[in-house]
Amino acid sequence: MDYLKAYITGGIICIIGQILIDKTKLTSARILVLFVVTGCILGGLGIYEYIYNFGGAGATVPLTGFGYLLSKGVVEEVDKIGFLGIFTGGLKSAAGGVSVAVIFSLIASIIFRPKEKN
Amino acid sequence: MDTSDKKKKEYQKAAEALSPNSHIIKDCIWAFFSGGAICTIGEALTKYFETFSLGKDSTSLLVNIVLIGASAILTGFGLYSKMGKRCGAGTIVPITGFANSMVSPSIEFKAQGLILGVGAKMFTVAGPVIVYGITASILVGLGHYFLAG
Repeated sequence: MDYLKAYITGGIICIIGQILIDKTKLTSARILVLFVVTGCILGGLGIYEYIYNFGGAGATVPLTGFGYLLSKGVVEEVDKIGFLGIFTGGLKSAAGGVSVAVIFSLIASIIFRPKEKN
Repeated sequence: MDTSDKKKKEYQKAAEALSPNSHIIKDCIWAFFSGGAICTIGEALTKYFETFSLGKDSTSLLVNIVLIGASAILTGFGLYSKMGKRCGAGTIVPITGFANSMVSPSIEFKAQGLILGVGAKMFTVAGPVIVYGITASILVGLGHYFLAG
């Protein structure tokens, strides 16, 4: 059941992205920015929590989940250390994911050769 | 001649009015099934790593490591972009798409060197995502501090 919920939640979030791509011709970079910001704001408002409780990984794997993670981190950090948490909480919670993506990109660029475009 | 031209134009208009929608529906079906599948893999990984009982944060980080790693490998072999042609947003919106947006240009621009090629181009998409993600998180933090705190 959890798998089905994750499938449906993630699928619907991707459909929203697809409609935006087809209807508005937004580039994928803009879509990703929009999704992170939306996830972060919905997280801050406490709405994304419901999507997460229903969809599990279906809510965390899409990039809106990355935004949600940022919002959760900043709220926790503000509760813990106060005002300065506003500046540290977001990135702290995202540190693992970003670092992993950076190091994997670097390793991949060393191992792989560029593909010829066709 | 005149009428046939008109008819052609009318036909084209009618065809255009119809085709984008069926095109969108097809795209959405692909996006739903591919994006949903990636999330379900994420759910399966979450369940697997939860058995290590490392806590929520470590579990989700491990899931992301596997997904980002898989995306990096698929991107390296040129398979992720092939999937992307069919799946559209289904492969862009998940974290694997974010990883692809970093890995792909860093491989493509390696000829321009490690600093301005790999190092800089890696953040073509990820840079804006991080900039506006952090900005949004600061806004959320301010809101939480002044309104809820």
